[in-house]
Amino acid sequence: MLEYTPKEMNERAALIVNPAKTCQPIGAMYAALGIHKCLPHSHGSQGCCSYHRMHLTRHFRDPIVASTSSFTEGACVFGGKSNLKKGLETVFEIYEPDIVAVSTTCLSETIGDDLSDIIASTNIPEGKKVFYANTPSYVGSHVTGFANMTKAMVTHITKKEKTKSNEKLAIIPGFMEPSDMSEIKRILKVLGVGNIMFPDTSDVVNTPQTGKYTMYPEGGVTIAELEDLCNCKATIAMGKFASEAGAYELEKKCDVEARVIKLPIGIEATDTFIVNTLSITGKSVPKELENERGQLVDLMVDIHNHYHGKKVAIFGDPDTVIAMTEFVISLGMIPKFVLTGTPGNAFESEVTEMLKANEIKDYKVKAASDLMTLHQWIKNDPVDMIIGNTYGKYIARAENIPLVRIGFPILDRVGHSYFPTVGYRGAMRIIEKISTAFLEKYDRECAEEDFELVM
Amino acid sequence: MESNQPSVIEERRRHILIKDKNNQQVIECDHQSVSGAVSQRACVYCGARVVLNPITDAVHIVHGPIGCSSYTWDIRGSLSSGSEMFRNSFSTDLSETDIIFGGEKKLAAAIDEIIAAKSPKTVFVYSTCVVGIIGDDLQAVCSQAEKKHHIRVIPVQSSGFAGSKKDGYKAACDAIINLMDDAKYKIEKKDNKAFNYLGDFNLAGEVWIVNNYFKEIGLRLLNAISGDATISNLIKAQDASFNIVQCAGSSIYLANMMKEKFGILYKQVSFFGLKDTAESLRLAAKLSGDGEVMQKAEELIQRKQEEMEPILKEYKNKCQGKKIAIYVGGDFKAISLIKQFNELGMQTVVVGTQTGRKEEYEVLREIANEGTVILDDANPSELEKFMKEKKADLLVGGVKERPLAYKMAMAFIDHNHERKHPLIGFEGAINFAKEVDLTINSPVWALARRYSYDE
Repeated sequence: MLEYTPKEMNERAALIVNPAKTCQPIGAMYAALGIHKCLPHSHGSQGCCSYHRMHLTRHFRDPIVASTSSFTEGACVFGGKSNLKKGLETVFEIYEPDIVAVSTTCLSETIGDDLSDIIASTNIPEGKKVFYANTPSYVGSHVTGFANMTKAMVTHITKKEKTKSNEKLAIIPGFMEPSDMSEIKRILKVLGVGNIMFPDTSDVVNTPQTGKYTMYPEGGVTIAELEDLCNCKATIAMGKFASEAGAYELEKKCDVEARVIKLPIGIEATDTFIVNTLSITGKSVPKELENERGQLVDLMVDIHNHYHGKKVAIFGDPDTVIAMTEFVISLGMIPKFVLTGTPGNAFESEVTEMLKANEIKDYKVKAASDLMTLHQWIKNDPVDMIIGNTYGKYIARAENIPLVRIGFPILDRVGHSYFPTVGYRGAMRIIEKISTAFLEKYDRECAEEDFELVM
Repeated sequence: MESNQPSVIEERRRHILIKDKNNQQVIECDHQSVSGAVSQRACVYCGARVVLNPITDAVHIVHGPIGCSSYTWDIRGSLSSGSEMFRNSFSTDLSETDIIFGGEKKLAAAIDEIIAAKSPKTVFVYSTCVVGIIGDDLQAVCSQAEKKHHIRVIPVQSSGFAGSKKDGYKAACDAIINLMDDAKYKIEKKDNKAFNYLGDFNLAGEVWIVNNYFKEIGLRLLNAISGDATISNLIKAQDASFNIVQCAGSSIYLANMMKEKFGILYKQVSFFGLKDTAESLRLAAKLSGDGEVMQKAEELIQRKQEEMEPILKEYKNKCQGKKIAIYVGGDFKAISLIKQFNELGMQTVVVGTQTGRKEEYEVLREIANEGTVILDDANPSELEKFMKEKKADLLVGGVKERPLAYKMAMAFIDHNHERKHPLIGFEGAINFAKEVDLTINSPVWALARRYSYDE
């Protein structure tokens, strides 16, 4: 498929070829699914909602349900007010959610619908809630949409006035898998730290088989918990791009201290997460976690020769890529190319700083870029491994480079919904993936005399 | 009907019909979905994209914010015997400033850039929702690019909100006709065996299977539209003596235009199932008016039927008696599927389509069994309700329906973009039976239905 990718690089300013991002509303939809009994509502054309549901369905292999305002030409001329009002009535009448999270699209944003005004003038059934996030598709990426919807939860649902401290931590997990959210909650449980995680898609998009279809599964942060965020001790926000907006909003609105850390992928980032938690709560590290960390280090020692010195290209969402870059450096790998489709100077400066501090040379780092660029870089200067989402498979095949699937979306493999990549255990799983990918390629391709039983 | 439909919206009732020889209710269809409904439908752009995208050697630029391009990147499953250009994703990735100042300049630059990078023969430019609102003049930009680069640059008017998916099919057909107009010659005498095959997108190589039949009986396929189509071939489409149309929903409009413009008559066919495949081959042979072709067709049909019937019978023994629910895009496919399940001794109990037409719903009603539920533009809750009520064992659908079926512990077949094996023709009928057997007789359903320890 990529036979047309030329090695010579011409500057492209207008055209994106093979994107490394998608648009805001899908991130908003994913975040909204992390509220218990919430129906995400897309204020735009039917196609947007259909595409977002399809894409999330392919990634999670679970039913993803959302409603849409179903814009017509009329709505575009006269505004989408009546569509949204009618849509909300229908939604409460038929699907009976507790809360509806409306996200906008490029269409409704450009028309200029005033969501605050429309929602205020709609009859919402007693005890039910509707809130919204502005998520224009032409700004940022799906990660921005996730951040905006998370922030909107604080803006519109959290109570302003503190009552009594709930002794809990607010946790914004960022754009991660439901399995990762469960793992963070497990670690906090081991630490004995109460928390409110928002959004929380665990047990929403990775539900067990019961023989019954449930429109609103058991998982998700509750409305009461979102209201109670004002009484938290502090917020730990994981991943600047997806989570800092929500954390700063909570700090501004309710004076809850915000601490923004990397996604806890890899040993250092997990340490940072735990150290921060301890410093806020005054707890100490239990034996169980020390053991997990020890096992991770033990594994790193056992097979460090499998990957030390290998060159790697990492692409995907900025928070994931930043944390992965830090992790592979700690494994002794060389991140040659680090790229995201999401725009943002913070990405380039943070990664560059990390690479410089570790004396890595001849690297390329780029935000707001695409996979044709990555492919051209690799053609000019080959790497040993690609770490990224499913879309990396084209380059992996064209150049015969192993691909380790980390990120969103993963459309061709399973496991991500159930097995975490965060925390010490997640780090062990990533190491297993990396090591296996190298060894399997070696076993398949090495000369007969080099083929070994023990590796 | 009132009492047993608690979860059906008032406005939706007329879109649901229960086959009853004493009830002549006419189904409502061809409407915009109700705002707020969880519709399985898509948009104009989606319709245009699925019909045009399989043209292999063209560049397909999506003019809009990134999402529309991301969600449609290589998801169609159309195979190519030559160029793989169409599997790449090209977008102008419009940003906020483009929305304010207009995207025409960026589009022109993007066209320049892609021509510099990949020297394509033809470029299709799709408009999206926001482009329709900001009023970029696609036609003008494309005309200028044609003059500058001396290749065809064809606008596709597919703003998402401007109608339904069907209007997208039309926009795509308009673009194809636009290409055909390029033929600047008049053919003297047409070959009566030369024809086009419309409405097949070569999913899993399906065009290649039926083309083997055509070749064997002495017919000459000029173009399959648009599966594995190329620009240089499409230009010669008007040399055909006749057209046959498989997917009427997407391509009947093109067939009609070709009849009007070039005087090419057409007939509808269906190569799904042994019987329909045989009938369709006979029809195509007859259209050539050639005795030898007709004779050869009979020979082929007889040979294939003798070959396939015993195999099909084995599957029939394993599958008969099971109940089927069908939810697909158009009703022509639904009709074919009902017949195919009949061949396997399986009874269809629920049948629905996203965008069926009135006349075809009448045919559906005619061939359906008493008590069959017929649905137009159904939502997941309706599907769930009726599948449960009618005790369906297997659902045939697309991406969004798969997890719904699985959650209900029902077998599933993708008869859309995600089909992995060709389901067309005689061989396809066997593949289809094999897939039905594989899913419906899997041991997993017994496990999935026994979800507690007590049972």
